[in-house]
Amino acid sequence: MATYLEFIQQNEERDGVRFSWNVWPSSRLEATRMVVPLACLLTPLKERLDLPPVQYEPVLCSRPTCKAVLNPLCQVDYRAKLWACNFCFQRNQFPPAYAGISEVNQPAELMPQFSTIEYIVQRGPQTPLIFLYVVDICLEEEDLQALKESLQMSLSLLPPDALVGLITFGRMVQVHELSCEGISKSYVFRGTKDLTAKQIQDMLGLSRPAVPMQQGRPLQTPEQHIISSRFLQPVHKIDMNLTDLLGELQRDPWPVTQGKRPLRSTGVALSIAVGLLEGTFPNTGARIMLFTGGPPTQGPGMVVGDELKTPIRSWHDIEKDNARFMKKATKHYETLANRSAANGHCIDIYACALDQTGLLEMKCCANLTGGHMVMGDSFNTSLFKQTFQRVFSKGYNGEFRMAFGANLDVKTSRELKIAGAIGPCTSLNAKGPCVSENELGIGGTSQWKICSLDPSTTLAIYFEVVNQHNAPIPQGGRGAVQFVTQYQHSSTQRRIRVTTIARNWADAQTQLQHIEAAFDQEAAAVLMARLGVYRAESEEGPDVLRWLDRQLIRLCQKFGQYNKDDPNSFRLSESFSLYPQFIFHLRRSPFLQVFNNSPDESSYYRHHFARQDLTQSLIMIQPILYAYSFHGPPEPVLLDSSSILPDRILLMDTFFQIVIYLGETIAQWQKAGYQDMPEYENFKHLLQAPLDDAQEILQTRFPMPRYIHTEHGGSQARFLLSKVNPSQTHNNLYAWGQESGAPVLTDDVSLQVFMDHLKKLAVSSAS
Amino acid sequence: MSVNQQAHTGPPYGQPQPGYQGYQQPAYGGPSLPGVPQSQYGAYNGPMPGYQQPVPPQGSLRAPPTSGAPPPASGASHPSGHLAYSQFEHGDVQNGIPASAAPMQRPPASQPFLPGSAPTPVSQISTFQQYGPPPASVQQLRNHMAGMTIGSTAASAPPPAGLGYVSGSFSATGSGLHTPYSASQGAPPATVSEGLPLTQPPFPGHTVSTQRLPTQVPGFTPPPPSTGVGPSSYPPTTAAPRPPAMPGPPLPGQTVAGPPSSQPNHVSSPPPSTMAGLHPGPPMSGLHGPPPPTHPPQPGYPMQQNGSFGQMRGPQPNYGGAYPGAPNYGSPPGPPPPPKRLDPDSIPSPIQVIEDDRNNRGSEPFVTGVRGQVPPLVTTNFLVKDQGNASPRYIRCTSYNIPCTSDMAKQSQVPLAAVIKPLATLPPEETLPYLVDHGESGPVRCNRCKAYMCPFMQFIEGGRRFQCCFCSCVTEVPPHYFQHLDHTGKRVDFYDRPELSLGSYEFLATVDYCKNNKFPSPPAFIFMIDVSYNAVKSGLVRLICEELKSLLDYLPREGNMEESAIRVGFVTYNKVLHFYNVKSSLAQPQMMVVSDVADMFVPLLDGFLVNVNESRTVIASLLDQIPEMFADTRETETVFAPVIQAGLEALKAAECAGKLFIFHTSLPIAEAPGKLKNRDDRKLINTDKEKTLFQPQTSFYNNLAKDCVAQGCCVDLFLFPNQYLDVATLGVVPYQTGGSIYKYAYFQLETDQYRFLNDLRRDVQKEVGFDAVMRVRTSTGIRATDFFGAFYMSNTTDVEMAGLDCDKTITVEFKHDDKLSEDSGALLQCALLYTSCAGQRRLRIHNLSLNCCTQLADLYRNCETDTLINYLAKYAYRGVLSSPVKTVRDSLINQCAQILACYRKNCASPSSAGQLILPECMKLLPVYLNCVLKSDVLQPGPEVTTDDRAYIRQLVTSMDVAETNVFFYPRLLPLTKADVDSDSLPAAIRNSEERLSKGDIYLLENGLNVFVWVGVSVQQSLIQNLFGVSSFSQISNALSTLPVLENPFSKKVRSIVDMLQGQRSRYMKLIIVKQEDKLEMLFKHFLVEDKSLSGGASYVDFLCHMHKEIRQLLS
Repeated sequence: MATYLEFIQQNEERDGVRFSWNVWPSSRLEATRMVVPLACLLTPLKERLDLPPVQYEPVLCSRPTCKAVLNPLCQVDYRAKLWACNFCFQRNQFPPAYAGISEVNQPAELMPQFSTIEYIVQRGPQTPLIFLYVVDICLEEEDLQALKESLQMSLSLLPPDALVGLITFGRMVQVHELSCEGISKSYVFRGTKDLTAKQIQDMLGLSRPAVPMQQGRPLQTPEQHIISSRFLQPVHKIDMNLTDLLGELQRDPWPVTQGKRPLRSTGVALSIAVGLLEGTFPNTGARIMLFTGGPPTQGPGMVVGDELKTPIRSWHDIEKDNARFMKKATKHYETLANRSAANGHCIDIYACALDQTGLLEMKCCANLTGGHMVMGDSFNTSLFKQTFQRVFSKGYNGEFRMAFGANLDVKTSRELKIAGAIGPCTSLNAKGPCVSENELGIGGTSQWKICSLDPSTTLAIYFEVVNQHNAPIPQGGRGAVQFVTQYQHSSTQRRIRVTTIARNWADAQTQLQHIEAAFDQEAAAVLMARLGVYRAESEEGPDVLRWLDRQLIRLCQKFGQYNKDDPNSFRLSESFSLYPQFIFHLRRSPFLQVFNNSPDESSYYRHHFARQDLTQSLIMIQPILYAYSFHGPPEPVLLDSSSILPDRILLMDTFFQIVIYLGETIAQWQKAGYQDMPEYENFKHLLQAPLDDAQEILQTRFPMPRYIHTEHGGSQARFLLSKVNPSQTHNNLYAWGQESGAPVLTDDVSLQVFMDHLKKLAVSSAS
Repeated sequence: MSVNQQAHTGPPYGQPQPGYQGYQQPAYGGPSLPGVPQSQYGAYNGPMPGYQQPVPPQGSLRAPPTSGAPPPASGASHPSGHLAYSQFEHGDVQNGIPASAAPMQRPPASQPFLPGSAPTPVSQISTFQQYGPPPASVQQLRNHMAGMTIGSTAASAPPPAGLGYVSGSFSATGSGLHTPYSASQGAPPATVSEGLPLTQPPFPGHTVSTQRLPTQVPGFTPPPPSTGVGPSSYPPTTAAPRPPAMPGPPLPGQTVAGPPSSQPNHVSSPPPSTMAGLHPGPPMSGLHGPPPPTHPPQPGYPMQQNGSFGQMRGPQPNYGGAYPGAPNYGSPPGPPPPPKRLDPDSIPSPIQVIEDDRNNRGSEPFVTGVRGQVPPLVTTNFLVKDQGNASPRYIRCTSYNIPCTSDMAKQSQVPLAAVIKPLATLPPEETLPYLVDHGESGPVRCNRCKAYMCPFMQFIEGGRRFQCCFCSCVTEVPPHYFQHLDHTGKRVDFYDRPELSLGSYEFLATVDYCKNNKFPSPPAFIFMIDVSYNAVKSGLVRLICEELKSLLDYLPREGNMEESAIRVGFVTYNKVLHFYNVKSSLAQPQMMVVSDVADMFVPLLDGFLVNVNESRTVIASLLDQIPEMFADTRETETVFAPVIQAGLEALKAAECAGKLFIFHTSLPIAEAPGKLKNRDDRKLINTDKEKTLFQPQTSFYNNLAKDCVAQGCCVDLFLFPNQYLDVATLGVVPYQTGGSIYKYAYFQLETDQYRFLNDLRRDVQKEVGFDAVMRVRTSTGIRATDFFGAFYMSNTTDVEMAGLDCDKTITVEFKHDDKLSEDSGALLQCALLYTSCAGQRRLRIHNLSLNCCTQLADLYRNCETDTLINYLAKYAYRGVLSSPVKTVRDSLINQCAQILACYRKNCASPSSAGQLILPECMKLLPVYLNCVLKSDVLQPGPEVTTDDRAYIRQLVTSMDVAETNVFFYPRLLPLTKADVDSDSLPAAIRNSEERLSKGDIYLLENGLNVFVWVGVSVQQSLIQNLFGVSSFSQISNALSTLPVLENPFSKKVRSIVDMLQGQRSRYMKLIIVKQEDKLEMLFKHFLVEDKSLSGGASYVDFLCHMHKEIRQLLS
């Protein structure tokens, strides 16, 4: 099996692809019996240090409905200078530039190690990246100051030729004109009125009828630039201006009376931002970065009224259909998100407030456009500051880790069809022969738009095997999938990355063990989780859990080894062994449980779950727990309450939080100040070790996790206690003896109980 | 009008023609010479010249088109005469068909005749008579004339006068009269007779004018003789007329008699004359009185003459004189019948009336202690001492003696109205109203009608209670206000309390008088500048910004305050609006653009309205930058309603009242609420749809105005149009919020900036109250029923004005709802609640007591024609909104005819129906009314734009009496006659081209424009002195100011111009007009006694028409 693990890992490293099944059942019927669908996690821009892009255009299959890219799986006739498309079997001539091709002189895209290859194409004018800041000014003075500083700082991180713009909002929305000398200008909009894109452009003076062309001046592009330049200027030009402008930003001057929320026109501000870019730079890479410190309280997209006595909607309200503004607001932001997506612009949301800010309603803005969503308590926290800084971080080659306007095209060989995708994308509604009628996630298309993505952005793509049972695939046949991602690189180049993969077919009836062995339970867990989370967005929570349970039971029934009605005989093979545990933690995760989470938090968690790569996703499902003690080197331990021991320091990474937990004894030592005594330097080191490790995680994680340093009995210890498997609770504490760690006060079932039930159900002949 | 006249004149003329020629020639010859008219007069001795001039022109003019008129007078006397004749002949025919006459305009003069067709014969006779007498009469006439009307033109005047009277009435006829003289006698008689009638009317006119004056005008030499003669003459004349009835000749005696008498009367009847007059007709009619006897005889034909004379009230004696004039002619009778024509010099002269009043009443202060006292004319400089009634600077009434019953009022048709200027500026010698503070409980008021404590309240029961003078309700005196009464029933503190002893004073208002029961914040001024292409290109934007920098230091302040409490804000706009944040803490101003004009709002709160001193540097920086920012603008479209909305919203947000100064250049065609389309259509003029030109295009602005008033947002609009921009619609908001409109068509920096800046400065600096509500309370019996002016009314009693400045005037009309008593009189109390420029809430109270009468004569004796005209003009100008202009004009004429007819019927001594008799107080009514009828609104000339008309219409609606007076009858000053050593003005002359001499330079002002007219033969030295150029042809009429030259004449003229500018609320545009230049047409438009190009009647013609109307009413 090690081979399969290696295979999987190798594939992931090379292609950024992880399939739930690495040997595919060869008929539709069998595929459905596998319970976990044939699907993959695709990280389109996975960083490849060893992949220099080639500087030419890909060669495409000439069949109009196919247009697959020439790849190592194609059969090539070097003499006739022909190649056969491995998806549609069309025979194609090589283009003239390939005249010198031969067995020994192959282009890169024919070499097996280039199953993933990146092309740089020179197409169209290069437009600089655009960053449009949309800033809430209804903030506390301290917050606003911090935000202003962050924004000013960010100017130095932007590519110098990038265009920046600034919109501020409070009761009104102001679009600031940049590069004004002596007077600062802004266009002001009422925060209560929804405006169409046309109106916005008219009002900003962007849609002026083409000025009669002057002789000798070629196209209108210069004109256009001049018009839009009032609001979007190259950073290097207006660096100083904008810094001053940001510096002078004042809190919204409109008085907020006692018992009221400030009037915040987030909906209109976003609408204007979208309209502004739509009118000036359609189909170019642009980020709308929304910084908000509270819920929208007026106008379209308002989430809560301005009366403080009415609290913002909770899950309870939503379940009771008591959230007055939710549907309307959601619709507003969805419209905006779709418009923005259609233009290839992404929307980031940086929401920092102690209360909810309406992420639930606004989530689609980030979800559909590939934007970031960051939630924090205040702009004056390192969580926000560093996260924001990390948006502009650069990769190994000094390039920004962001890409824009990606268009993902998936092609499959004819035994497969595409059921859908789940991730930060929108459908491009490209119907084709390889599009399945059954939808999983965003389906009905073979192409998706991802307005913004970074090297870790990962999509789940679901397939359907359509080969009929009675039309067996010849032995040794392989199914192939090609992912073609066209995108705008942060250097503004257009690039195309092509990944072509192939897997063996196997007859599930005769070769089930092959299929079983090639099961990637990690990928499968994440893929199922994505499906579950996706469903949770539109279905009742319990229904999703029930669905998830049933799938798990079916899977166990299918692949477990057991005697009927004998739970104790139940065994799962190694390739499935961890899967139930993942599902157990998934059921308890905030992605599916809304209890104790605000709607905003749920949206936030789900947002990140739907875009992170496999490793991160797994951490989210089942946090990692490390233990530090004098008994040995740091080691990962079970995510279980039994791991909480007095003489241990625990480090838990849930992706969203990093918790350092000092056991009871350790905490006492620390209080006693041993770490400061030279003779206890080892204790000092012990204390320092988890901090260093945490720092390492913090360095790489985006968004910055919440960093929690707590100890036994600390109130913040709840973060740990809520995650660990409650094997010891107040109910069974004494049954487990003295050695046990900390009991968890919960009625939740523990993994052990869960597994017992699972076994029972799996072996039951009744179900 | 004209048509009729023609018809009439025709006949008379025809006959006289022969004579005319002779006369005319000389006369014409004289006149023809450019600018020589006077000399002609002189030459002729009076009569002849006088006749000729007036007559010929008219005759000839009429026949020809309008333009012809002038020439005839001057040049082709013969031809004209001929023409006239021919016309007349035609006229004869026409006479047959009275009405038909229409074609000829000239005829108008004759018209009067026509109506009097029957009388005509008589009149002819009379004229003849007059002629006959000539010798003696002439002289007398001269005297009369001189006395009557024209001081300066004395020489010429007299002669014409004599003639004038006779023929005068018909200008055309005049000529006709002449002819009679020369050849006519034989055949002419009949015609002559016609002519006579005409003349008669004029006589009346004269008499009228003189009547009052007489007493005053001791100066007139003629009077003495005349007086003596007058009475006597009357009888004779009357007698004469009768006999002569048909026969011209017999008249002589009569005529002679007539003239003398008339002269005295007219002229005025110097004291003696008046005396005489008085004797005859004890009262006003006294004079008439005497005439009456004569009249009886007159009835026949002469009646007209006599009638006119006799009727003319006391003063009428003059009339007599006029007649006499005729008689005089007649006396010469031997000779052919004297042609008759109305001599312009013999008809009531505004100049004379003004001059007389100035001489008689200018020296003594006007003390307001006495009830029902008629104040001096607005043209007179006088001091006012408040002793219990409001100064006439605050309130003027059409009559100071109100009929006791509504029947009387209806019968007389004299409108009862008061023209109120609550915040009028007082001369430095007079004290401002005292501010009274009655403490926390507020001003003491009547419990029932809520009238405020005033001098007319009666304290009773030892001072414990007071009885309301308005509603008679008895109210307890509040303890803190109690005071004992002295033996006369006056409170002991009578002289200590302004509200007990003065007509005007102010109360400090308590919080109950404030909006939302909150003391108001200091008001704000918002400057809103159009920065579209036109405004920028013309340099206007830069100009305004430059000016504002210094002007902001002169915002109105309350009394002794260190700095103004008023805050300022700035907005610029084209298709979108730009607000500016000029908070003092900012390093540089911030501009906030609001493009959502469909749904206007104010984008900022803090920093928009600021204190000038605190934000001085930011404001300066902003004003520096505005012109730069828009220097390259290519935006030509503008919005308008959103601009006002923006200001309104800003004031709302700041919770204060205030004023918007909007500088606007074009029709707002950009897509926005209140968007307008160009609907200018001159074809609508003289149709039933003409009224739409004055109505707003959309009701949007009315609603907006309502909102503005509710917030106390006053809008002042400065317009700089290069084409039609629909003043009628744009003006709605300024108008209804109590704001002003200023219009600078084809604004050019070089020529118009000075005028604009002066207006702007004055407008910004002038005293203004905000959020004002005015209520007029009256004593039981009358009630304020109608209001005219720039304001908004949400109910029938409260006049609401977002802003009210010191120049705004409200005219209030009263109607009876019960009987008044002579004892108690009638009281008015005008209470104005407003917020001062420092944000203090105050009540300004004006009280006025009027007499009541049971005799119509008393009413007519206490009228104020200037005020009456003010009312009538406003009434008519409002009428054009709902009725065709023609209807409005007709109803005006009709009302005045009724007023005068009522007088004639009830107050004047019985006399010939053919005689025009005017009440002394109203003798200028016809000439002023004619000016109103000829004004651009009611009778537009081809060069008057629709915008001009709408502009003037709104302007007039808030004018006070002094402004309407000079607006309708411009002041014409001969600059070359000015005494460079004194600071007095040269004596004004009448607004007629024939008064101009081509060797002189004249100045004409009407409150909006100042013209400097330069005759072609002005001495070079004068031109050099005034214009700094060496010849007439080098004078540039592009000058907007007179060059500053160091010589006495230049200094004098400039000081005159400056003085006039200082008297007007708006800076007048200076226009240099060279004689015979194309601009002269414009100038002539303001010579309101002449026929106007747009068809307006000349004074003489109109007078005849009025006479006709009156006679129709009487018959």
